[in-house]
Amino acid sequence: MSISVPHAVAVWRRNATMYSRTWMWNILPNFFEPVLYLLAIGLGVGAYIGQMGGTSYAAFLAPGLVCVAAMNGASFEVTYNIYVRLTFEKAYDAMLTTPIEPDDVLAGEVLWAVTRASIYGGCFFIVLALWGLAPLPAALWVLPLIPLAGLLFAALGMAFSLQIAQIDLFSFYFTLFMTPLFLFSDVFFPLQERLSGRWLWVAELLPLLHPVRIARAAFRGQAPEIIWWDVFYILGLSALLLAWARRLVRRRLTN
Amino acid sequence: MIIEVQSVSKHFGNRVAVDGISLAVPAGVCFGLLGPNGAGKTTTLRMIYGVTRPDTGSIHIFGIDIARHPRLVRQRLGVTLQQNVLMEALSPAENLRVFGRYHLLRGPELSRRIEQLIDFLELRSHAHVPVRELSGGFQRRLAIALSLINTPELLILDEPTTGLDPAVRHALWARVRDLRGAGMTVLLTTHYMDEAQRLCDQVAIITAGKVIAEGPPAELITTHLAPEAVEFDCTSPEEAALVNGLGLAARRLRVGRRLMVFLQDGTVLAEHIRKHDRGDRRTLVMRPANLEDVFLFLTGTSLEGA
Repeated sequence: MSISVPHAVAVWRRNATMYSRTWMWNILPNFFEPVLYLLAIGLGVGAYIGQMGGTSYAAFLAPGLVCVAAMNGASFEVTYNIYVRLTFEKAYDAMLTTPIEPDDVLAGEVLWAVTRASIYGGCFFIVLALWGLAPLPAALWVLPLIPLAGLLFAALGMAFSLQIAQIDLFSFYFTLFMTPLFLFSDVFFPLQERLSGRWLWVAELLPLLHPVRIARAAFRGQAPEIIWWDVFYILGLSALLLAWARRLVRRRLTN
Repeated sequence: MIIEVQSVSKHFGNRVAVDGISLAVPAGVCFGLLGPNGAGKTTTLRMIYGVTRPDTGSIHIFGIDIARHPRLVRQRLGVTLQQNVLMEALSPAENLRVFGRYHLLRGPELSRRIEQLIDFLELRSHAHVPVRELSGGFQRRLAIALSLINTPELLILDEPTTGLDPAVRHALWARVRDLRGAGMTVLLTTHYMDEAQRLCDQVAIITAGKVIAEGPPAELITTHLAPEAVEFDCTSPEEAALVNGLGLAARRLRVGRRLMVFLQDGTVLAEHIRKHDRGDRRTLVMRPANLEDVFLFLTGTSLEGA
């Protein structure tokens, strides 16, 4: 069975309809999060740091926090929200009484997570631009990156969510996976400069590091060749995880 | 045939959920699947609309193999699940719109259908109120409306009236009869035998994953029991004195102290018991035998193993 795009869009529209009712409660906390980091760490801690990578510390943080906003937007969607729809709301059981198939559910949900990542990343980018922390027009190159980062974290979260049997396990995902990613993926400091040559490859394993490196290059108006590796990593890992999620979603929704 | 299920079996681990079931439901019929909890009713329904795959056997709906063309089949049927699946933050009208999109309905066609269903299931007064504020009966009517959004040829109802008050149950039965009258085929599961007897042209009684009896309700009653039931309390030793020796080839069903005896004509037994009791008269109930009697007779009255 292959994906039917109109049915996947119907799944997407279900979420969009629900979200249009609750966006005040959904968007505000997530939207303020990177703004708070920018204020506390960027301006607060930044006041004690002369320069970082040739810019103010707040300007150093800005591109990474765009990726964090996208990561959070996608991750909340494909973890708690997916779990609620799957287990409590039984939304997929209802969808599967219609011509919608498990593949369409997965495609629609990933598309929706990417949409939410884009809303969060995009809103935060606007804040940065108004603040003067996003050098235009070069920084506009992060706009196509935001959905890509959303895709990666949608795929990661989906593969996790479809396997777990209890909602409590998400705290592991956030504390042991997302938090370290957030802290060590080049957002706050250049990880590579703190690792000895033998351990550089460890940094390359961190999923968030790749979008952050692209975003930082965009903000600097540079296009180093390594960003092709980053794009390859994002697309490759997303594809692998989604192929796996496809089997998981079928097993979870049908038997 | 609208539904053709041929020797279908399904295991979950070591448990046999469905064990070689065959069913044939012709067009325009209301067909009831009856059985105790855990008999395999819901699994059978899920296999019919293609979300559970049988281990063996084949299922054709509208003559189409559901295993091969699930989308094609599900376009033409509607399913009301046992548990209402509604978007509680949205109104009934919005729920219908979202559900209509699952069937790729849109524009004026979808709007017209939503209006029709709001009228048909009498949702008008609260059509624009968030679902979470609606009563259980209202929510159930909406759940049924959702399964009708694509104007299905086959409607599948999994325990449509469980937990509803009598007025709502009667209203829903009337709607199901309307739909059947308009040519829709209906497949429902229930463990309310009065519901099955009122609605169904044909029923199949399932227990432990097998069909143990099948036919029109009235026919099942005459085949397995008798038209009349005499019901009274008595101990087992008394039973012999009261019923035996009358020369009646009567079916009996005992639940605790309660004994039910099924006969062609109940008055003979009633008179015999009156004579036996003399002054000290016990309460006798004489009534027509019903589907519940057949159900209890065939599936057993003990709760063990249920």
